[in-house]
Amino acid sequence: MMPAGHYLFLSLALFLIGAIGVVTRRNVIIVLMCIELILNAVNINLVAFSRLYGDVAGQAFALFIIADAAAEAAVGLGIIIAFFRNQETVFADEMDILKW
Amino acid sequence: MPTGYFLEHLWLIPLFPLISAAMMFFFRRLIPKAAVSFLCVGSVALSFLYAAGAVLELLAAAPQERVYQQILFEWITPGAFATTGGLTQFVADWGYLLDPLSSVMVLIVTGVGLLIHIYSVGYMHADDGYYRYFGYLNLFMFAMLTLVLANNLLLLFVGWEGVGLCSYLLIGFYFKKESAANAGKKAFLVNRIGDAGFLLGIFLIATTFGTVRFTSRGLGDPVAFSGILQTLGALIDQHRLAYGAPVLTAIALLLFAGATGKSAQFPLYVWLPDAMEGPTPVSALIHAATMVTAGVYMVARMSAIYQMAPVAMDVVAISGALTAVIAASMAMVQTDIKKVLAYSTISQLGYMFLALGVGAFAAGIFHLMTHAFFKALLFLGAGAVIHALSGEQDLRKMGGLYNTIPRVSRPFMVATFAIAGFPPLAGFFSKDEILSHAFNRSQMLDRYLLLWIVGWITAGLTAFYMFRLFFLAFRGRSRISTHVEEHIHQPPLTMTLPLTVLMLLSIIGGWFALPVLWGEKNYFAEFLAPTLGGVEADTGTVQLGQHPLLKEYLLMTASVAMASLGLWLAYKLFLKNPKLHTQIAEAWPRLHRVLTHKYYVDEIYEALFVNRLKDLSTALGFLDAKVIDGVAVDGTATLTRVFSRMSMWWDKWIVDGLVNLLAKITSGFSVPVRMLQTGMFSMYATLILLGLVILLGYYGHHMQSWVRNLR
Repeated sequence: MMPAGHYLFLSLALFLIGAIGVVTRRNVIIVLMCIELILNAVNINLVAFSRLYGDVAGQAFALFIIADAAAEAAVGLGIIIAFFRNQETVFADEMDILKW
Repeated sequence: MPTGYFLEHLWLIPLFPLISAAMMFFFRRLIPKAAVSFLCVGSVALSFLYAAGAVLELLAAAPQERVYQQILFEWITPGAFATTGGLTQFVADWGYLLDPLSSVMVLIVTGVGLLIHIYSVGYMHADDGYYRYFGYLNLFMFAMLTLVLANNLLLLFVGWEGVGLCSYLLIGFYFKKESAANAGKKAFLVNRIGDAGFLLGIFLIATTFGTVRFTSRGLGDPVAFSGILQTLGALIDQHRLAYGAPVLTAIALLLFAGATGKSAQFPLYVWLPDAMEGPTPVSALIHAATMVTAGVYMVARMSAIYQMAPVAMDVVAISGALTAVIAASMAMVQTDIKKVLAYSTISQLGYMFLALGVGAFAAGIFHLMTHAFFKALLFLGAGAVIHALSGEQDLRKMGGLYNTIPRVSRPFMVATFAIAGFPPLAGFFSKDEILSHAFNRSQMLDRYLLLWIVGWITAGLTAFYMFRLFFLAFRGRSRISTHVEEHIHQPPLTMTLPLTVLMLLSIIGGWFALPVLWGEKNYFAEFLAPTLGGVEADTGTVQLGQHPLLKEYLLMTASVAMASLGLWLAYKLFLKNPKLHTQIAEAWPRLHRVLTHKYYVDEIYEALFVNRLKDLSTALGFLDAKVIDGVAVDGTATLTRVFSRMSMWWDKWIVDGLVNLLAKITSGFSVPVRMLQTGMFSMYATLILLGLVILLGYYGHHMQSWVRNLR
């Protein structure tokens, strides 16, 4: 059986790719995709520990998170379309109306 | 004690006219004209009936008991009162007193008043303000009856002011005419001067005697119902007051000041000639027969005090004589028929005061009565003439009316003879009695002789100006303009009937007081004696019988001769040779001018008082504008503005400043915090990650051990 460290390493790598993508990319759709990467990193983590401890609760959580990610993607894309219709942009650095 | 139905209902006498007056004021034009006449004349007729009944019942009693007094209710009860006689319970009641003096007055007022009301029905028939006229006239009757029937000075004063008000209203009856409105105001204002003195007199009486009730007779207990007469007698008995005491003189003079105003005596007579602006029946009723005699009545009513104040008596006599001769001289040159009669009234009132001043109170009241008859007749006759000539009042545009309107001219002639003092008409007896009293009081060449001479000359002047009026109006060539002459109308029966009745009264009116020397008793003086007797039996009053008969006859001859001289002069100047009087006027232009300008008295008053009052008003107005408004009001405003500016500054910079400072500090601190909120989610995400890293770094060693355990 593969040691847990490999899974954790993969998870860390995915998380970092996602986090860096969220922070650095301008296009909001890519940011949304990076968030999906982060969520999947979490999923790998949960499934890895579930296997390690022989407890299925982590795998059940992972299923919930997949459903949640789908819903989040739908909502996020909706927001982006609505935003684009208003401001005609999908670039994060041009989005500063949150401060009001 | 006199009793009876009419005496018990004495209070109804003033009430009848008051009720109809109130109806006039409440219902106004709703009442048809015929009903107005019926109500207003009827109410006065009822008053006359009740008055006559009451006087008859009074006469039924013994001479010394002829007093009936009734108190309707206690009117003013201010409580205890410090007076000369100690602490007294002061009460002024609403009560009526009928004694010989007031019964004479009440009969004159209601009798002559009734005749003039009847006359007014004819005289005012075409006037638009018919109801208003009769309302005022009835209100006047109420006030006048209250005046003469009042049992105390305060109630008398109510009537006194009431007749003054009605006089004002009726003088200004044609208020659309500016001169009429002004004459009303003048009458009112001049009377106020006298009334101020009268009020002070009443106050002095209240503080001296502790009561304003005339007498306690007819009320029973003289202590519980104290009267001036009784208190005066008691104070004299206790030697607290003496003959000629200063306080009595002061009271008498102050009351006389009131009388000079109401009775148009010098120097307050100026309002009466102007009062002729009112309708002629008003002049007859108010300004000849009744209201203007109120002063005479009041002085006679207070005769007990006057008899104890010789100085005041002299003032009354001299003022009366002066007024009589001055007014008579002014009447000689007037061209307005009513103005002549007005000055004549002033002159005759002067006669009455002359009588009062020499102590002949009964003679004064007697002249008051006869004068009421013939002067009312003269005024009503003049009114009929004016009525016939469509409003013409100028004597120069009359003449030759004697046979045109016989039912007016005959009574007028009788009245002229009566006022001129020809026997056996009313004026002869009353005037002669006054003159003989004045003459009999003179010992040698003293002031009484002078008073007699003035009165005697005035008698001549009276005859002169009255016959001048008569000749100018009724005899000679007609100077009436043809347009007016075509419209001469005969007076209706309502106007001629009162003239006829008054003519009869002018003839027989004097026979009540036939001179003693004709072997007759002076019924009138005897009737009045209980009221006018004063405190001591014979203070100043003169017994006629003590003087030689020859002197009496000489006096009568002298006054008749004087009157004849006046008649003859008037005949010469105005009938026989009408040009002569203009020649005389041209011969002495200055004298004529002084007379036609009425001695410039109005001008002098204008310069001395009216204009000074106006100056004072202007000065006070200036004071008000500059000092009160300028300094006080505007100054306060400026000060308020300065203070408010200061407090505004404080509020703005200190109070609000603190609040603002706090806000500034808060907003200052918020600046760096605000910098963080860029609104860019990538930045927020970075910060979240950063926070995560820091958290993980801080708790790292725990994690290390935890991860180690996993292995």
